[in-house]
Amino acid sequence: MALELSNISELLELAISGDRRSLSRLMTKIAESPQVPQFQSESSWTLGVTGPPGAGKSTLIGQMVKHWVSAGESVAVLALDPTSPISGGSFLADRIRMEGVDLGETVFVRSIASGNSPGGISPYIWPMCQALSLCGWTRIVVETVGTGQSEFRIAALVDRLLLVDGPDRGDIIQAEKAGILELADVIAINKSDLPGAVSSAQSIRTSLALSGDDSREVLLVSALEGEGVEKLISTIESCEPRSERNEMIMRERLISEWDSLLVNHPEIDEIIAKLCIGSITVNEAIHILNSSIVQSRE
Amino acid sequence: MRVVIAKPGLDGHDRGAKVIARALRDGGHDVIYTGLRKTPSDIVRIVNDEDAEVLGLSTLSGAHDSLIPKICDDLREDGLGNVIVFAGGIIPKRDLELLYKSGVRAVFGPGTPTSDVLDFLEEALLRKQNKHPIGVGDDLGWHWN
Repeated sequence: MALELSNISELLELAISGDRRSLSRLMTKIAESPQVPQFQSESSWTLGVTGPPGAGKSTLIGQMVKHWVSAGESVAVLALDPTSPISGGSFLADRIRMEGVDLGETVFVRSIASGNSPGGISPYIWPMCQALSLCGWTRIVVETVGTGQSEFRIAALVDRLLLVDGPDRGDIIQAEKAGILELADVIAINKSDLPGAVSSAQSIRTSLALSGDDSREVLLVSALEGEGVEKLISTIESCEPRSERNEMIMRERLISEWDSLLVNHPEIDEIIAKLCIGSITVNEAIHILNSSIVQSRE
Repeated sequence: MRVVIAKPGLDGHDRGAKVIARALRDGGHDVIYTGLRKTPSDIVRIVNDEDAEVLGLSTLSGAHDSLIPKICDDLREDGLGNVIVFAGGIIPKRDLELLYKSGVRAVFGPGTPTSDVLDFLEEALLRKQNKHPIGVGDDLGWHWN
């Protein structure tokens, strides 16, 4: 354990001094660390990008990266994709959509499989963001898988959250969106060149107005055409991180790490097998896992 | 293992690359696909940033004899000599020696069963764990096929 930590702090020092190989190795070491590493970062600028699959998150991020780079920022992107629950492998293809982004010194893209983390956000994402910030990356973007709990989990980890959706799928949108609409700081309807985009934006505005919240803008963008991206960036840059965030952040972080301990427990498969044949009850399983987790952390 | 599947050069056919990528995912690997028309320096940067252990290069344009050795050289120069390189696509038998001499450890032509690629990776991982030469910067001589 001590050896792991000293590896990580050595890599961090080298990465801070600008060694890109060490930065990359550092990301790997963090993700493989038996316990979630803690870093102290003074300030970081992080944006979460969420939304349903196919909304165009990756393409839009590619456009945003271009803008930021030309404005002199250095941008790191953590692009999350799901791990196959069957094979344990993953097909990480988000970076393809960032075609045309100058993969220069000021852009760092890392593809990350969600692993078997419940909610699709590994507890290692947070320390990765912290480490990137310490290394001087001025814009850090985390792109989620976009399904299930990942939308909520990411809200707890980042300063600001962008929700990206596509052209209208009807009024169903409002019911589906309860929850994530409350968490998002900025909402963008992508594919503005397609029919339904305008009415989709309108139905979300109406929904927000009905709940008494008309402070947030719903923007129309076309990632493919590059339209509306400047306005989107300036809106994101000028939004204040929410104050009630702190409690939510801590709650989600606690849940995330707790879940990770459970799912990665060495005896979990054995315990599940016993549950299946009925040789132990769920309460007994919790008791076994609980006491051994406590023991292993002493 | 973390595997980057890359398409160097100008050919626009990536069905084969995607088939291999999916097969590797089904075999439990984390596969990063770079997309089309990547330059050698793009590919080396991606391998570095993704901290990939394996690089699979797919070419159908005939540029394999210039691009693949270049990429292998660049990997070695950039401190990425431990990366395991394999190639696929349209590569004539007479060019295999050149590729092996550049550090490529396996070449898979059209019609290769995807299980072959998975078997190669399993063997490659064993070699890596036992510290036998397998990276693009290690002693040449061993290759899968």
